[in-house]
Amino acid sequence: MGLIVNTLSPSLVEVEKGTKILAPNIIITSFDKLINWGRSSSMWPVTFGLACCAIEMMTTGSSHYDLDRMGIIFRGSPRQADFMIVAGTVTKKMSEIVRRVYDQMPEPRYVIAMGSCACSGGIFNTYSTVQGCDSFLPVDVYVPGCPPRPEALLEGIIKLQEKIKGEHFRWSRWR
Amino acid sequence: MEPLQIAEKIKEKFPDEVLEIKEFRGQVSVTLKKNRILEICRYLHSDPTLDFNYLIDLCGVDYLPKKDNRFEIVYHLYSIKRRHAIRLKAEVPENDPAIDSVTAIWAGANWHERECYDMYGIAFTGHPDLRRILMPEDWEGHPLRKDYDIKGAAKEWAGFIGVLDRAKKFKEFEWKG
Repeated sequence: MGLIVNTLSPSLVEVEKGTKILAPNIIITSFDKLINWGRSSSMWPVTFGLACCAIEMMTTGSSHYDLDRMGIIFRGSPRQADFMIVAGTVTKKMSEIVRRVYDQMPEPRYVIAMGSCACSGGIFNTYSTVQGCDSFLPVDVYVPGCPPRPEALLEGIIKLQEKIKGEHFRWSRWR
Repeated sequence: MEPLQIAEKIKEKFPDEVLEIKEFRGQVSVTLKKNRILEICRYLHSDPTLDFNYLIDLCGVDYLPKKDNRFEIVYHLYSIKRRHAIRLKAEVPENDPAIDSVTAIWAGANWHERECYDMYGIAFTGHPDLRRILMPEDWEGHPLRKDYDIKGAAKEWAGFIGVLDRAKKFKEFEWKG
């Protein structure tokens, strides 16, 4: 307080004799920026670990790579989640459940396809494997790799944050 | 007991059933006819000198171009008490893909036989719950058969078509920038 009183700054206002405070401030921004900032700063993923990619996803969440510092906390329930990491091979039998989990998520929702299998089917060009989970999910970010390193998943999440920050008017009626 | 001795013992007891005894690197395989497999397994399980109380694995093989009897069921047996092991192979022809279930002897055979049924279409008579275990229940065909197309049948599985239809239907609710 003493510092402010002693500073001869034009932004200081004398409210009573001997007491100077900062002038009223205002922050000007847009709803877009505010909401997108809020959304991209606390993205909660619903984990969908299907295969070996899930191990890398867990590593990304653990202390060394530390997703928490980005405001990312894994949720067990799709109803509390903002985006879904499809980590691993999606089989046709599992696709129904993946879709159902996605349908249970509230808007706005995003999908990251993690690993070659989720992106394109990978090496499993077979009768039982879905050739890319984008055939039944709207995928926002593809993270290739078999499995991708945690840095690659982090990069994918940062890309998704950039995508969210570039959105306009998504806070209105969503349809 | 040495594995070859066990094989000889089986041959002594069931001379008409044993087709071949083969040794490779200390492991002995006994190829059998399929009809009395349950009896042979019960003998191996209950004979006090053999005492095979553990079924390590049960699986199927498809020898499509190589053998007259197309399928084979392979049993890996082990005795925890006597520390000896043996491998049984039962030949199953293509026109009658069925064999007796051994779940009555080793309960652990239950899921192995279900998998074998799922992948090769071999029916296990006497199995308490013979359903598919890996593939969806309405799946057509048996994927590990050699004549099964690895990229899948031309007709897509109905369950996956349902998922694609649902995704298509819900596409209109997606947010479009």
